[in-house]
Amino acid sequence: MNLFANFDAEILARIQFAFTVSFHIIFPAFSIGLASYLAVLNGLWLWRKDQTYLNLFNYWKKIFAVGFAMGVVSGIVMSYQFGTNWSTFSDTAGPVIGPLMAYEVMTAFFLEAGFLGIMLFGRERVGPGLHMMATAMVALGTLISATWILSVNSWMQTPAGFDINELGQFVPVDWWSIVFNPSFPYRLIHMVLAAYLTTAFVVAGVAAWHLLCRNRTAEVTLMFSMAMWMAVLVTPLQIVAGDLHGLNTLEYQPQKVMAMEGHFDSHPEGAPLILFGIPNEDEKRVDYAIAIPKLSSLILKHDLNAPIDGLDTIPDEEEPPIAIVFYSFRVMLAIGFAMLGVGLWSLVQRVRGRLNEDRWLHRASILLAPSGFVAVLAGWITTEVGRQPYTVYGLMRTSESLSQVDAPAVAASLVAFIVVYFTVFGAGTFYMLRLMGKAPKSGLQKTQKSLEFYSMAEAV
Amino acid sequence: MLELSTIWAGIIAFAVLTYVILDGFDLGIGILFPFAKTDKDRDVMMNSVTPVWDGNETWLVMGGGGLFAVFPLAYSVVMPAIYMPVVTMLLALVFRGVAFEYRWRTVRGRWLWDVAFHGGSTVAAMCQGIALGALVQGIPVADRMYAGGWWDWLTPFSLLTGVALVIGYGLLGATWLNMKTTGGIQRLMRSYVRPLMFMTLGLIGLVSLLTPFQDPIYLVRWFSWPGVFFSAFVPAVVVLIAWMLDRGLKMQRDYQPFFCAIALFIVCFIGIGISFYPYMLPPSLTIAESAAPDSSLAFALVGAVTLLPVILAYTAYTYWVFRGKIDPEESYH
Ligand code: HDD
Ligand code: HEM
Ligand code: HEM
Repeated sequence: MNLFANFDAEILARIQFAFTVSFHIIFPAFSIGLASYLAVLNGLWLWRKDQTYLNLFNYWKKIFAVGFAMGVVSGIVMSYQFGTNWSTFSDTAGPVIGPLMAYEVMTAFFLEAGFLGIMLFGRERVGPGLHMMATAMVALGTLISATWILSVNSWMQTPAGFDINELGQFVPVDWWSIVFNPSFPYRLIHMVLAAYLTTAFVVAGVAAWHLLCRNRTAEVTLMFSMAMWMAVLVTPLQIVAGDLHGLNTLEYQPQKVMAMEGHFDSHPEGAPLILFGIPNEDEKRVDYAIAIPKLSSLILKHDLNAPIDGLDTIPDEEEPPIAIVFYSFRVMLAIGFAMLGVGLWSLVQRVRGRLNEDRWLHRASILLAPSGFVAVLAGWITTEVGRQPYTVYGLMRTSESLSQVDAPAVAASLVAFIVVYFTVFGAGTFYMLRLMGKAPKSGLQKTQKSLEFYSMAEAV
Repeated sequence: MLELSTIWAGIIAFAVLTYVILDGFDLGIGILFPFAKTDKDRDVMMNSVTPVWDGNETWLVMGGGGLFAVFPLAYSVVMPAIYMPVVTMLLALVFRGVAFEYRWRTVRGRWLWDVAFHGGSTVAAMCQGIALGALVQGIPVADRMYAGGWWDWLTPFSLLTGVALVIGYGLLGATWLNMKTTGGIQRLMRSYVRPLMFMTLGLIGLVSLLTPFQDPIYLVRWFSWPGVFFSAFVPAVVVLIAWMLDRGLKMQRDYQPFFCAIALFIVCFIGIGISFYPYMLPPSLTIAESAAPDSSLAFALVGAVTLLPVILAYTAYTYWVFRGKIDPEESYH
């Protein structure tokens, strides 16, 4: 095989991986948040015995089922893609990250899948206690899944606890430091909070839509209020978590932070924070930059005059693509602060008792409904593009990770993935939106057995 | 002492077998979908697996993920070798997986998702059979990498194994539905069991006859002692199982045909195991050669030994919760 054919296959495989994983993450971001939300609703129903919670549970359950199905099928694709497109990487890094993914299957995927059936379809068959347990297990499964896969990803960003054997493979030495590698805690917390926020803003958007349509039932106002509490409480946490995450990245992947900040040049006495601008990679500067002097040093080093190195200290072939990282980072930040703004706004209106009246708040919530997904994707693009040109940071280049496959095979499958994903997941999104467009049912449903029925049945 | 890699090969084989059985009847239902006479029957067919299909498919992730974890070399050689069938299978599984939910979300478009369910199931089964055939044919390896072309998997033999698996899954599906349904749909499915069984037997016979000629390894294995003992023994067991399946059918038993069909799969699977051992990928890689370092195997084994029994327990529990015949009046959606 000649070098050129190899290069082609590499670009195609990268596009294919980025495309499929970006589609995949959209669904987990929603499944993780919604599974926890459903567990909370079910628990509140059992505790407060208020039919409103059950109606909300049944409403979101249907939407969850559609999203979960899309998450599962797009995830199965991911787990085989390491072998099809990145087989050299699989052979080399498999001894370290493979077992972590096997644990993900054994502790998380089976748990989710095993109890999903009971959660969705088994309420009438198992009684409220076991049904609650099944619901909690599904939620727990999604969180455990996130834990393992983020450990894998973090290990690739900040490898630790390994050795390199005579075949060039990474071999595990200390599993504890592999799993709890330096960037893992930050990434896990940031991602789980991201999933919760994403879901909260979807719920808020749906509630706001129905409030604007004047469907002001107890169900609608309850979900709006719950979602807005999440916005108020979790957004600040997320901003703090993101800041800490950034400090960790500065320590382990400095050139990623240089790209995020747009620091082409070193600043020996205090670096400015570039709010906006157009990175010019050829001239190695940021055009039309709007910057606040010394703020970057304050954020990253907690000292106005701390020196900050720039990309001029890094050889060109070690640099990630700057512009993508620079822009996607700002998209995430902008959304984070917009979420904070809406959260605070809702707090003010809540205190004034106007949470359900402020139609501009409702419009803003609808606008932000899809923003969590955008922020999640932007965050991942920052993370993943920012670690280029490596798959295992500093050790294994992306270009060395590729399979021995021909470009036409990768190209053909890439086209197939694009066509299938857009049609299938497009249809799924349409069905989800249609479900969200209907208002949740209100009052006692006649087909349901009431909670008293179960307590009587258990007493007998 | 038993090698860690041998234990792991056993665990992966178990996961793959579990997958083949569980998703086998599940895909089989999709394969048989167009044969149902009414929409109502199709509802019942699908509802018989709706609560468990995700769990069934997770065994596929366990097989693939497990291979990645403990036999990374085998994983990284096989996947490029069967690139096209794997990608096609994954896309087919996308179609049939989402059909479980989408089908209930539209009235006008329902037929579309019925087609997706059937097509996805059939293509996925076919691709799995082709992948199996490609493995049996042998995969060339050089320098820890796949050393063949990207169409090597396509031969008359692999197409034959592909068709065999579609028919075999159809048999599993028909016997499962015989067990889970009542009335007209049960009678219909029961009437398919016999033809499907004879086709399956014929195809098993044909594949078994051709296998020894794929590679001299198999020839030696099956026609020298002690293999020759199994060569005589396995066909006898197959015939016995088929006879019991048929009897169960005649006596209108619910469970017997299904479990006999499973037994048929288990026997065939053991046969393949005998052919392969001690190779992971005949004739290029042995189990020991393709294994990850012992520290990886040991770490993952702790989890497998403690977690797999728990997984099997709650999986069984879910099947127990949804046991019995499907009530045509009860809808899950
Ligand atoms: C932060 C969370 C997260 C991330 C980064 C990923 N996933 Fe995922 N994945 C989940 C969180 C998740 C989940 C919440 O557990 C899912 C999503 C929705 C769902 O149905 O389960 C899931 C489903 C899911 C499934 C199907 C499980 C089943 O059969 O039930 C597989 C095989 C994968 N994923 C594999 C991957 C791979 C190989 C990834 C990396 C390249 C990946 N996921 C990224
Ligand atoms: C789920 C959210 C994720 C998103 C949206 C995402 C996105 C991306 C993107 C956009 C790239 C391309 C970078 C480039 O080529 O310039 C990439 C590369 C990569 N990512 Fe991720 N990623 C995610 C999670 C993961 C996880 C969890 C893993 C590991 C388990 C992973 C492994 C890789 C690998 C191996 C590459 C290198 C291949 C390539 O360059 O395309 N990613 N990812
Ligand atoms: C406004 C405050 C925020 C800050 C300061 C911040 C900071 C960061 C940083 C520095 C990274 C890159 C980590 C790396 O080096 O790899 C990152 C990644 C990421 N961000 Fe944010 N972020 C913020 C808000 C958000 C919001 C609101 C969301 C989603 C709702 C989000 C989702 C993500 C995701 C999914 C990733 C990739 C995964 C990871 O590395 O954790 N972020 N964030």
